[in-house]
Amino acid sequence: MASRAAQPRTPGTYVRRLIVVGYLFLLIVWPVSLVVVKTFDGGLGNIQGALSDPEVVFALQLTVYVAVWAVAINTVFGVGISLLLVRYEFPGRRVLSALIDLPLSVSPVVVGLALLLAYAGTDGLFGPTLESAGLQVAFAPAGIILATAFVSLPLVIRELVPVLQEIGTEQEQAAKSLGAGPVQTFRRITLPSIKWALVYGVVLSLARSLGEFGAVKVISGNIAQQTQTATLVVEEKYQDFEQGTAYATSFLLALIAVAALVVVTILRPKDDTDGD
Amino acid sequence: MTVDAPVAPGAAPKRRARSVTSLTRSSALGLGIALSWFSLLVLIPLALIVIQSVDGGWATFRDTLTNPQTASALRLTVTQALIVTLINVVMGTLIAWVLVRDSFWGKRLLEVVIDIPFALPTIVAGLVLLSLYGPDSPLGVNVANTERSVFLALLFVTLPFVVRTVQPVLMELDRDVEEAAASLGASRFTTLRRIILPSLAPAITAGAALSFARGISEYGSLVLLSGNLPGKTEVASVRILTYIENGNEAAAASVAVILLVVALAAIVLLQVLSAVVARRG
Repeated sequence: MASRAAQPRTPGTYVRRLIVVGYLFLLIVWPVSLVVVKTFDGGLGNIQGALSDPEVVFALQLTVYVAVWAVAINTVFGVGISLLLVRYEFPGRRVLSALIDLPLSVSPVVVGLALLLAYAGTDGLFGPTLESAGLQVAFAPAGIILATAFVSLPLVIRELVPVLQEIGTEQEQAAKSLGAGPVQTFRRITLPSIKWALVYGVVLSLARSLGEFGAVKVISGNIAQQTQTATLVVEEKYQDFEQGTAYATSFLLALIAVAALVVVTILRPKDDTDGD
Repeated sequence: MTVDAPVAPGAAPKRRARSVTSLTRSSALGLGIALSWFSLLVLIPLALIVIQSVDGGWATFRDTLTNPQTASALRLTVTQALIVTLINVVMGTLIAWVLVRDSFWGKRLLEVVIDIPFALPTIVAGLVLLSLYGPDSPLGVNVANTERSVFLALLFVTLPFVVRTVQPVLMELDRDVEEAAASLGASRFTTLRRIILPSLAPAITAGAALSFARGISEYGSLVLLSGNLPGKTEVASVRILTYIENGNEAAAASVAVILLVVALAAIVLLQVLSAVVARRG
């Protein structure tokens, strides 16, 4: 923002700065750093302990597997629906645009319940049909992927839509008039200009997917070494008084999420903060 | 629920006319696939909740609502979410202001700190808060298993909403207008009330709506922190989960529908309030 001239500093500037930094320190920085401290309390023992616990290792693997699927689905769906919402006119476009945000306002537990009502093996709407076709959804990895894709669905779209609106269609039309096909236009013109918004959306989705708890708890059945994801292991271990393992697993989960955010904040061009 | 995208409210002046076309054959196919997936994943399952909640007639609904434990959970959830949203409106706007208008060493670090509540898994958020405000608190403040633990958890998980909706609008805000107001003799307070606040109102509203909706639906961060004591620290989501675990899906769906209605009502109310503030400016 070149237009942002330095504000003359008054005592108020310092009071505001102090309040904000103090608030964020007490609410976020200090508590988060305590978890890091507790994780490394006895050196690397907690991390090693967690990584030699088969339940934790299985849960971490399942979490990564589920997150990769959910993010892949949301990326393809997100790019497609963003292009449709911004570039095309069709009846119900505004309604669809409002509905897309719905998953952000629904309680994770309600998401789990909704998916159970649709996909439970015996009394769900689609469950019995899918089961007789050999696909178990509820209490299986497929259900966990659905729940994760549900809760992180709007994140890519919310990043892409403003950027697509901003860049307009002039370049795309120019490319088309020069004989480029739709795929070529997308790959050479559209994709480079939405690249950072897409990366940011994917990272947010990934962080959300790795950390989903409530919806997964309901739909997965929480069976150790079968459908137990990393966040569910944290709850179980903490309640079983294996707090070292709980802290270590939490630390690993938080590390991936925060690292992804930091990397994007650093990589992202500085003048491109409008899309936050 | 029509929650505006963070950047939508008044954020970007229309720079280029949006050129839209009607659907071609291939884009219509794409829309069909996208809509089918969206319906299978989101719309049909959510519709099933509404159907399930009215399936047993109004009796199930009434019984669920008048159950003292459920009523108390709903009351606690809505009250705490309201208080937290109010604090977020003030603190979130202040944080956004400092991030945009102030500059100091470590400001970029604060940008990352703001996003931490989004990035942290909710169960980890609960664990994090427990380490500073739990039984082993180095501060000597133990809120575990009290009403204040619900307040604290909601404050943590909803922190980024108002900040992230107000920040881009504040960046776009024309400083010339403020300077003009000041040169015409307006005090800083008048400038804030008549110039800045009306422009920020839609963004603050959008952030507050997101924050409230998130607040009343929170679950993960409360599991380890609040102890889920019936009638005391048990929130609506935990009630729903208990109903699901007891196989009472109709009652679970009833509470879920009430949560959806409350969220909708809050969003409509906030939109009206925001329109009033914006008009007065």
